[in-house]
Amino acid sequence: MFQILMNILSLWALPAILILILTMGLFKKVPLYETFTDGAKDGFKVAVNIIPYLVAIIVGISMFRASGIIEMIGNLCSPLLSHFHIPADTIPIMLVRPLSGSAALGVFSDIAHNLGPDSYATKLSAVMIGSSETTFYVLAVYFGAVGISKLRYALIVGLLADAISILAAIAVCNLMF
Amino acid sequence: MNYIFYFLIVISIIVGAINGRLNEVVNSILSGAELSVKVAFSLIGIMAFWLGMMKIADKCGLITIISKIIKPITKKLFNEIPEDSPAIGDIAMSFSANAFGLTNAATPIGIKAMEELQKHNKDKKSASNAMCMFLAMNTAGFQLIPATVIAVLISIGYKNPTEIIAPTLLVTSIAFVSAIILAKLFEKIWTPQQSPKEDK
Repeated sequence: MFQILMNILSLWALPAILILILTMGLFKKVPLYETFTDGAKDGFKVAVNIIPYLVAIIVGISMFRASGIIEMIGNLCSPLLSHFHIPADTIPIMLVRPLSGSAALGVFSDIAHNLGPDSYATKLSAVMIGSSETTFYVLAVYFGAVGISKLRYALIVGLLADAISILAAIAVCNLMF
Repeated sequence: MNYIFYFLIVISIIVGAINGRLNEVVNSILSGAELSVKVAFSLIGIMAFWLGMMKIADKCGLITIISKIIKPITKKLFNEIPEDSPAIGDIAMSFSANAFGLTNAATPIGIKAMEELQKHNKDKKSASNAMCMFLAMNTAGFQLIPATVIAVLISIGYKNPTEIIAPTLLVTSIAFVSAIILAKLFEKIWTPQQSPKEDK
């Protein structure tokens, strides 16, 4: 029942927002078309503005991943993690998740296809992927859009939250699966 | 950001050399640069669409109504932002878009929220407490349904893919609440923002 409700909610969320905005605009006699195009003008500007910030972060992260350092850290950590019943296959997910969303999803598909639906690693990595965000990308895009280069504590908090989310995922999956 | 940038590139080159993957590291510069432009350009259309919609939402007073509804929460979380600022409404909209998994809508609306927050920022080069809080909430990645993950699970023949919704929701809530607490904690212990005049 909960799940059916959730599916309906996620299907209708966007259409409902659009209907709400437009209906209320019409009701309040806002010139819909002019206002829309006026706001939309900024779309190109904002997207182009974030390019330098994206290049800095995405190139840095691509180089980082290509260097093989993630595999090295993974190998170092795997004896420790197996001690806590954490499958070694999920280590790359924990390391890649904050850096690149598409790469993490790639690793996840890989695990899912190779280990199959019944494996604990598939379930654990599914929860890990679903419950966190690509911290570096979010910071680069949002701060880039307004031209901020001093992040202060934003990155530390983001990464700590990622760490907590990983630990929580391990704990919850241990209890449930 | 300077150190992170230095660290990412220099460490990658050194480790790449040790692993004999220097060639891959160098090639990744090009692919990374291409990817960044691709990401930015793929944002243009959807960005324009949601900025247009948000402008209507703003003009008809919808954003103000939303801001008023969530005022009790935001007053505590974003105490340096005036209550009637459109930033509050934008933050709420961006957060709801994220929660419903509307990533395409969440990014443009989130950027608009950042622009509003920037108006209240005393040093335009450094992140204000409110921005750090907003991004902490964002990077925790709160969402009700992990649609992409479920799609992958279905593709490998997972019998009951929706069974991961409950644990995911629990984990993401824990992360979300911790992120907020952490952001509040760091707000107190971190060096306060200086106004630009004091900068050398």
